Amino acid sequence: MPFIPHTEHDIEKMLKTIGVNSIDDLFDEIPDSLRTDKFDAIPQGISEMEISALMHERANQDGVPTCFIGAGAYDHHIPAAVWELTTRGEYYTAYTPYQAEASQGTLQLLYEFQSMLTALTGMDVSNASLYDGASALAEAILMAVRANRKSKSRKILVPRCLHPEYRKTAKTIVTNQKIELVEIPFDAETGRTDLAALDAYSDEDITALVIPQPNFFGVLEDADALTSWAQERNIFTIAVVNPLAMSMLTPAGEWGDGGVDICVGEGQPLGIPLASGGPYYGFMCCNQKHVRQMPGRIIGRTEDLEGKVGYALTLQAREQHIRRSKATSNICTNQGLMVTASTIHMAMMGGTGLAHAASNSHQALGKLKDALTSIEGVEQLFSTPAFNESVLKLDAPVKDVLRSLATNNLLGGYDLGKDYPELGNALLVCATEKRTDAEIENYRDKLNGILNA
Amino acid sequence: MLIYEQSHTGRRATAQSPAAMGDVSDIPAELLRKETAALPQVSEMQAVRHYTRLSQKNFSIDTNFYPLGSCTMKYNPRACNTLAMLPGILARHPYALESHSQGFLACMYDLQEMLKVVTGMQAVSLTPAAGAQGEFAGVAMIRAYHDANNDHERTEIICPDAAHGTNPATAVMCGYKVREIPTKSDGDVDVDALKAALGPQTAGIMLTNPSTLGVFEQRIEEISRLVHEAGGLLYYDGANLNAILGKVRPGDMGFDVIHMNLHKTFSTPHGGGGPGAGPVGVSKRLEPFLPVPMVAHDGENYRWVTEEERPQSIGKLSAFAGNAGVLMRAYIYARMLGRDGMLRVSEYSTLNANYLMALLKESGFEIAFPDRRATHEFIVTLKKQAKELDIKAMDFAKRMLDYGVHAPTTYFPLLVPECLLIEPTETESKEDIDYFAEVMQKIQHEAETEPQTVTGAPFTQPVRRLDDVKAARELDLRWSGK
Repeated sequence: MPFIPHTEHDIEKMLKTIGVNSIDDLFDEIPDSLRTDKFDAIPQGISEMEISALMHERANQDGVPTCFIGAGAYDHHIPAAVWELTTRGEYYTAYTPYQAEASQGTLQLLYEFQSMLTALTGMDVSNASLYDGASALAEAILMAVRANRKSKSRKILVPRCLHPEYRKTAKTIVTNQKIELVEIPFDAETGRTDLAALDAYSDEDITALVIPQPNFFGVLEDADALTSWAQERNIFTIAVVNPLAMSMLTPAGEWGDGGVDICVGEGQPLGIPLASGGPYYGFMCCNQKHVRQMPGRIIGRTEDLEGKVGYALTLQAREQHIRRSKATSNICTNQGLMVTASTIHMAMMGGTGLAHAASNSHQALGKLKDALTSIEGVEQLFSTPAFNESVLKLDAPVKDVLRSLATNNLLGGYDLGKDYPELGNALLVCATEKRTDAEIENYRDKLNGILNA
Repeated sequence: MLIYEQSHTGRRATAQSPAAMGDVSDIPAELLRKETAALPQVSEMQAVRHYTRLSQKNFSIDTNFYPLGSCTMKYNPRACNTLAMLPGILARHPYALESHSQGFLACMYDLQEMLKVVTGMQAVSLTPAAGAQGEFAGVAMIRAYHDANNDHERTEIICPDAAHGTNPATAVMCGYKVREIPTKSDGDVDVDALKAALGPQTAGIMLTNPSTLGVFEQRIEEISRLVHEAGGLLYYDGANLNAILGKVRPGDMGFDVIHMNLHKTFSTPHGGGGPGAGPVGVSKRLEPFLPVPMVAHDGENYRWVTEEERPQSIGKLSAFAGNAGVLMRAYIYARMLGRDGMLRVSEYSTLNANYLMALLKESGFEIAFPDRRATHEFIVTLKKQAKELDIKAMDFAKRMLDYGVHAPTTYFPLLVPECLLIEPTETESKEDIDYFAEVMQKIQHEAETEPQTVTGAPFTQPVRRLDDVKAARELDLRWSGK
């Protein structure tokens, strides 16, 4: 029997010890009227060899096209050692470290993770992860409503140039708690959050302002100005950052006067493969004074009864398994294994290696923009400095262009038409340090062929 | 020793990143970082050694018996990982065009269809990232349903006192008040208390069946009828689906919505605390509200179903489509088990639990619900040991680590004093279960003859018992250089 070790002899002895005649007798408390006979639609099991053939076939069907899509998920290099180590059984098959003494590996690693994330973002403290960047933003909004006691409005300002799926996810998760998300437009010239539009809210009671860096268009925001605007009005600041970009950009902990209150983001650029959008992990860092309002697991360093250093889950009184209906969040399981990979990734890359990967991604974007805007019918929409993504305006429907590119095994970018119809035929392109000059030239040639055939 | 303590200025794994900084001269200086982020500076081999050694400080399913009740710590077949990490699967961008996604979408569609059969529900959405997010989706759908019917007076969710902590926390996140109802001495819900709690204010009830007490709720049909008569909906917490797989289906019990923990029943890895996956299944009346995206199959091609097609959907729960890699592992596992394999899951997990319960009963341990069958798990209460010997459930748990066994769940559910919630799972052999029973007897003997061996445990782990009070009072949450 696959994955079940029992021999006939074992079964017989076990049933005898229990005092029943058959395994079926053990289900005699389930009313007969409920017993199902509708399992036939499930196919019979197949062997590892057969499933392996099927999965290879399906994986090959999708292939490995050259990827110029970013939009929240990025194709960066991951050292081979990262996943070799992460999938060791001792990490892969352990659970939440409830028994701290027998989980020091995972616990110490999470403490190292918290240390690395605070170094990268410039914040005081970090939790041990949330599900993904978008749901981390939702949790940050809930946290801001709890922590900003000076505000009663439960009104959150959210820039339109924040990732559309982050805005949708936040809406799903927070609106049942009577929280209002107010959209702030972007400046059509710069692609940045419109500071002038913010001033309309100057005299209102606002709970928090969300600040993306970079924003969904890849554009770098004037994060200092946005943070200061909010701080002057006792409005909480929630940064949504790309953690790899933080290795070369001013960290959120230094924006405005003393940094933002909460910093969240998507951990995927730090060692997590694209893998169809998950599992990734969301991270959340905050100012020390708000730590008791933070959701999710937090690891603390302590001592054992002999004075030896050890690590344990701490501040558990915030969590659902203790506080139940009064918990800071319902989150239980988070994304431990992804954090394991990310921690190893960051340790191996170091601050310098991450900055090299980030800046080379930025440089590759420059080459990509130069190559593509050299084509007739392609223009850059915003000239504001960007990280590794940029919006291009085409003189043809983006959807059709992307389809044609795909027939050349090339994923050309993200079609902004659905989320930002006001931008016209707008395409969001992305480069990472992995995109070679040859790949960029190939993209230029193919796009030129499609637009100017 | 922390990785930071092995750091040397100027050292790094140079093979792993571009050799030099890229050109960032077009970015204004005030936007750029002034100092390199203070991450560890180690060589590749140092990092490999450090994290290999750290891994060795963990108990895990691959190294130890791990009967953590309510968590279903069964063997995670390696093929599921290997195949989910094939290049075509790993490199797929979440926004890849459907033309480059047919293989992936086919797997997701097949899984969706199988889970419909497994649960007896009308439709399934795979997108929730974990059990608690599946719970959120479920209760949010209940709310959306009542709202769509202009039924705004329903402000309460009922939870039994034995419920997992995520249940009441979720109800609150969805803007509901929580009303707790008690459990009877045989472990079933107190139906009289339920009747008293039901009313026009009832939005729904959240139930786990088998319950967290390790018993099957025998009056589930009556409960279902009562809740529906009151205009409420029934939410099924699928934490314990392993126990009934193929025997009885939540849809047939009358539930309107269910979440499944694929990291339990479908054996995806627990990863030191996630990632999980918490797909939701619903009855016909809740189908319009399912979270997006889902996968559809139109004759030849697979495609995404988004909010445009589902205007009443509660919406998105994460940026992309949830924990796709976890779903992929569950799919591979489900295909390897197949119909008969799934039936064997509930049969042998139930056999193992009842066998271990019988062994422990025989050797004098007090079973919390001795007149009931165990499901895939059961509860031992050590209240006698606590009272007579001053040896607590936590002491038993810690001593077990010295014998190489991970402790069962302790102090949950909250209503059984000094409890151990024990779930051996179907993948453990008779010898391993016999060993666990022996360990329990040994610790009992030690508790009676040399109690300090139990109260002082563990002795063999990387650390002795940790000072949790110090951890919470003198918060040290990151390396500060000393």
